[in-house]
Amino acid sequence: MANENSTLQTQDAEKQEVQVTEGTERTRPGRAYVPRADIYETEEALVVLADMPGVDQNSLDITLEKNVLSIRGRVEIQNPDNYNLAYAEYEVGDYERNFTLSDGIDTDNISASIKNGVLQINLPKSGPAKARKINVLAA
Amino acid sequence: MFRRPFQLYRSQNPWRDIDRMQREMSRLFDEFAYTPRSRMAPSFPAINVWTNENGAVVTAELPGVNPEDIDISVVGETLKLTGSRRPEELEEGAKYHRRERSFGSFTRTFQLPFTVEADNVEAVFDKGVLHISLPRAEAEKPKKIAVKAA
Repeated sequence: MANENSTLQTQDAEKQEVQVTEGTERTRPGRAYVPRADIYETEEALVVLADMPGVDQNSLDITLEKNVLSIRGRVEIQNPDNYNLAYAEYEVGDYERNFTLSDGIDTDNISASIKNGVLQINLPKSGPAKARKINVLAA
Repeated sequence: MFRRPFQLYRSQNPWRDIDRMQREMSRLFDEFAYTPRSRMAPSFPAINVWTNENGAVVTAELPGVNPEDIDISVVGETLKLTGSRRPEELEEGAKYHRRERSFGSFTRTFQLPFTVEADNVEAVFDKGVLHISLPRAEAEKPKKIAVKAA
């Protein structure tokens, strides 16, 4: 489990840029980053958490096609007016990431919310797969 | 690339040859040293600093941090940013499939190029991004000096 007294490290501040596949180009100018994500499973659902600072519910686009869940977050670059960038450690850009879902997700009831730049997607498990106990028979 | 360098330098002017060698050497080193956008964040969170003659704006990306867990203090020219990101509270029996996000405390101290009017510092936390505006102390603002004709 997470140690409450841990300290966030240098690598936690770095953003990973999206690798564009050969032959394709981004339709929006600027950079795109892969949001860091956690995925955990509870009895009822699979939960995805993704760090997307600068994104809110209006600039978020989540689609499910076949079994691929795509997350797109647009970040409007808001540079302070009449200021010059004097020192930079990070760059601002959109977020993109795809997840392949396994069977057994109730795709009609997927819900999502975003708070303080963290996206949470709830992927409820579909009925029969919810709790399936396998009985081991004695030979 | 792998030509024998000294055979090439046989012109009339030895100084020009030395100059050329020097240029080729530095070009070679540049090729090794040059990596675009190699600015690495020294620690968490990464910050950007914007300035003008009236002050500075410091921004930082802090997704998942509660605004009440962020502590900003300004003393003279020094800005100190501390806080923590709390781990997710999972219900019993939940298990992780993937963990890329980390949690814990952070501290960053930053030296600004001027004294800050500490009473007028403002901070806004929106969509996981922190904006701190730091006005420059009035006494330190640059003054325009009129040049009189003699």
